[in-house]
Amino acid sequence: MECSNVKAPVVVIGIGNPCRGDDSVGRIVVRRIKRRNLPFLRAIEHEGEGTSLMELWRGASHVIVVDAVSSGSVTGTIHRFDALLQSLPRQLFSVSTHGFGLVEAVELARALKQLPARLVIFGIEGTRFKVGTKPSVGIQEAVAYVIDRVLEEARSV
Amino acid sequence: MKTRTIRVNYLARVEGQGGLYVKIRGNTVEDVKLNIFEPPRFFEAFLRGRSCEEAPDITSRICGICPVAYQMSAVHAIEDALGLKVDGQLRALRRLAYCGEWIQSHTLHVYMLHAPDFLGYPDGIQMARDHQGIVQRGLKLKKTGNEIMRVLGGREVHPINVRIGGFYKAPSKASLRALSEQLKWAREAALETIRWVASMPFPDFEQDFVFVALRHENEYPFNEGRIVSSRGLDIGVHDFEQHFTEEQISYSTALHSALEGNGGYLVGPLARYNLNFGRLSPVAQEAARGAGLRPVCRNPFQSIVVRSIEILQACDEALRLIDQYELPESPVIEVRLKAGTGYGCTEAPRGILYHRYRFDEHGTILDAKIIPPTSQNQKAIENDLKQFVSRNVALPEEELRGRCEQVVRNYDPCISCSTHFLKLQIDRG
Repeated sequence: MECSNVKAPVVVIGIGNPCRGDDSVGRIVVRRIKRRNLPFLRAIEHEGEGTSLMELWRGASHVIVVDAVSSGSVTGTIHRFDALLQSLPRQLFSVSTHGFGLVEAVELARALKQLPARLVIFGIEGTRFKVGTKPSVGIQEAVAYVIDRVLEEARSV
Repeated sequence: MKTRTIRVNYLARVEGQGGLYVKIRGNTVEDVKLNIFEPPRFFEAFLRGRSCEEAPDITSRICGICPVAYQMSAVHAIEDALGLKVDGQLRALRRLAYCGEWIQSHTLHVYMLHAPDFLGYPDGIQMARDHQGIVQRGLKLKKTGNEIMRVLGGREVHPINVRIGGFYKAPSKASLRALSEQLKWAREAALETIRWVASMPFPDFEQDFVFVALRHENEYPFNEGRIVSSRGLDIGVHDFEQHFTEEQISYSTALHSALEGNGGYLVGPLARYNLNFGRLSPVAQEAARGAGLRPVCRNPFQSIVVRSIEILQACDEALRLIDQYELPESPVIEVRLKAGTGYGCTEAPRGILYHRYRFDEHGTILDAKIIPPTSQNQKAIENDLKQFVSRNVALPEEELRGRCEQVVRNYDPCISCSTHFLKLQIDRG
């Protein structure tokens, strides 16, 4: 986990396992954003365990999460969810091996009335999740696009 | 004769991916299979050609829930080969790291994964809507464990501070003392947890388990001890492979373990408790009695109570270790690499975790063997399922399916760990 700008108003969290191909895409997005050293956001790489995700966004008003999804769509397809307006589709985020991951963290925070004032989730479609594999070539374009969208969301705060 | 199939394609509220298949002909359970289809992990092969000094950090990647267990079994195995003995405050710090892992891993399972089964909720989220205060307590309790791991390990998941011979950096006395107030709250929260789970409805389901756990002379086991069973086994860690064997099963990517002369056996909180009751702290023993448990508990559904007692034990032990902590002169003892074979076995939250490494004079690993607790428990899980379904065959399909999943969750299986490893199918034809 890496943090910067601890008091920044926007928290951007990239979830994934760096050793499992496309599962690392959320972390790739966040790592590249972090390199820009932007003062208005805090960029964090995370393994995806749900309760510690809730801790990360506790007290934050604006949170953006980037994670890999698997719905059968074309590699690199981008899904955007406003967690304040809708529940996350559990089947999309079943890539994680965690019994308590992102979807559970969002829904538990909702049940406990602990959701941030704004929580946007970008899901990037992956197809290659085996241990020891590199991310798919086709996912790079999506990475660049999601970085722009995340920064657009962050700047709008 | 009528045949029924109960099928759970993807088991929920377990770590990793697996399923379940139960075939019933008439009123007889003909077949039970725990399908572990998470892809093989190949960690033992990844380790070949790497330095033994990398093994703790490589193997910790096997699991995000119990990385300390992998680090501990790895360092103990390698130190065994090198003839090293880590003692004093460094040994105490290793026990403290394990306290943190037990608290966070057990609390997640007790509150978010297992409790909903007993209270009639499909998941922890729906339970949270009716029990906000209880769930908040669980989250804070879990965080206490994570904090210990962060202070000692550099970060909460996949800590990076453990090395052969000790640690890269020893924590300051002040940084550990800062955890004391939170731990004192956690100890009270653990007592409340025990009272809460002890009041849950448990089916009458005692099993004739062969329990296997570590046993230390005077400590509740974490890192050290002899491997003992409830049937008289009492061996050193070196002799593990002479008594325990692994075999491939066609429907599982996790190897099945067997104990010579007994077949299936049970590792984990229930086994530790039954084989080490007298080594629990006085407050944990008293809490167990208060919860209505005897020194021997054979009902796997009550594992939620035993797990909660172990949370209390870990909080109590952590407070004791922090109170007695003095900064060691050096965070590591001298390590000289040489060729050898080493064996390590420690108590992961889910049970004994065995590692063996053979390496050359430069410390390059020639071969490695890792046997995680969940793969050791597969036979016991299947046997519980067979017994449970046989006694409850008349239950309606949906209820039986849910109860079967609960039987599996009694074990807090970590499928990600066991693959080299869960879908439920009940087949009634």
